[in-house]
Amino acid sequence: MTSIPENARATRIAGAIGGPTPPAVELKDVHLSFGANEILGGIDLVISTRERLVVIGQSGGGKSTLLRLILGILKPSRGSVRFEGLEVARLGRRQLNLMRQKIGMVYQYSALISSLSVRDNLALPLEELTRKSREEIDHLVDEKLRMVGMADARDKMPAELSGGMRKRIGFARGIIMDPKLILYDEPSAGLDPVTSSVIDELIIGLSEKIGATSIIVTHEMESAFRIATRMAMLFRGKIIAEDVPSIFRHHSNPIVAQFISGDIKGPILESSSGSPSHSIPHPSSLPHS
Amino acid sequence: MANPIPFFRSSLQHLSSVVWLLIQTANEMGDQLVRGRFPFRLAHFFEQTDRAGVGSIPLVSLVSFFIGLTMALLTGYQLQTFGQTRLVPSLVAIGFTRELGPLMTGIMVAARIGAAYTAELGAMTVAEEVEAIEAMGIGPLRFLVSPRLLAVFLLMPCLVVVSNLTAMAGAAIISRWAFDIPFQSFFSSALDSLLIRDIVAGTIKSFLFGLIIGLVSCYKGLTVSGGAAGVGDATTSSVVVAITTVIGFDTLCNIVLVAKT
Repeated sequence: MTSIPENARATRIAGAIGGPTPPAVELKDVHLSFGANEILGGIDLVISTRERLVVIGQSGGGKSTLLRLILGILKPSRGSVRFEGLEVARLGRRQLNLMRQKIGMVYQYSALISSLSVRDNLALPLEELTRKSREEIDHLVDEKLRMVGMADARDKMPAELSGGMRKRIGFARGIIMDPKLILYDEPSAGLDPVTSSVIDELIIGLSEKIGATSIIVTHEMESAFRIATRMAMLFRGKIIAEDVPSIFRHHSNPIVAQFISGDIKGPILESSSGSPSHSIPHPSSLPHS
Repeated sequence: MANPIPFFRSSLQHLSSVVWLLIQTANEMGDQLVRGRFPFRLAHFFEQTDRAGVGSIPLVSLVSFFIGLTMALLTGYQLQTFGQTRLVPSLVAIGFTRELGPLMTGIMVAARIGAAYTAELGAMTVAEEVEAIEAMGIGPLRFLVSPRLLAVFLLMPCLVVVSNLTAMAGAAIISRWAFDIPFQSFFSSALDSLLIRDIVAGTIKSFLFGLIIGLVSCYKGLTVSGGAAGVGDATTSSVVVAITTVIGFDTLCNIVLVAKT
């Protein structure tokens, strides 16, 4: 899989959904290893502005790691991660912090600061990174809380909130700085189907309202198809397929097909249970779409 | 005998990481100052000084009082044989100002505050709160570490003064009761025996121990892995390492200061 046709392909898909735009995020031949353990083995991805890219893949397959690479929390062992044309791994501390102010991150378990109230959690980046007055900050906090339907929770502590409520507050904090890119780490994991749908609608709504690019990492297939304007599947540290949801739903790649259908029989479990290698199609030998 | 090389290598790695933590914290604070902003929230700093300083006063006072009392009693009984009980005030004064005050306070603060810092930051690390702060573009070291580090660094000398005073009080009471040394004579004898260098040595040690406790506990908290069990392990390790390091540096200080005098 080479990066040039990949880029051309992503631009073509992005063009189909909203006109040709420069990439918001670009990953080229990204490798990441912890010691001998290779997590990512050559990722090529281009994410265009205003796109909602859903990355699916097995638990522990490196999806969340991908988000941390974009944020510059992890550095790739090899390859390049670019945000708005900037090479993330080469940014100094100050530049990296400036870049991060343009990115909103929504964590799987919300990661709200437990010692701060909901209001203070949302106000934190505004108070620390901007020179806005208290009135302006309160206005913005109330506005974002209203957007996620949590205006009543302003003075509550995170411990007083349910999982779904915490997720919504996490969303509100993620968009408080009006980011250009929002990264979602398993946004609907562990939620009941109704709350999960509410969260999905929230992601779509926020993306359309503030016009941000979104990268959503999940293995919840219903949510993935509902949210995505484009999908990619990560398997064994590589992107083995990427396409628009309508094509992805009936994908010819047996790994993608098994992952979507949730079948027990198929190449995914065969490969992880140590079955003979001749029955396992290696990602690089599989058809790309 | 076990191979000592991996142990030394691991110790050096931890030491360099702790130094890196100090440098990075200073850098992040500097960045904020360059932007014309205060490096940390004053409210957080005062909250930590209250916890580390005011909150530690009862423990430090009580323990120091009993140690001062016991020290005076035991040395007094030995000196009584030679008719030299008048030396008790100076022994307690010098012993506490130079050595026991900073050392005992260091051990108590490491156990009480160091453990709290590690557990708190460890829980935040496990819950991805520290990463969330970093992901927002807020320096987590200046935001979380600097108020804690400065609080324990600046409050240690104050706690050492409290320790010294309460130890003297304990020693004075027992000296009055057991050896008939009047309070006035006890305190004037104690003050006469103290030299500036004793006070300076005690002050240097207290600042140094505060820095060690703050750095070790924050480092251990920020490097937690493995969930709740990891937080528990890191907290235990933090107390053990901080106390051992404090005692090690105390010995080093004594060697250096005695060699200089």
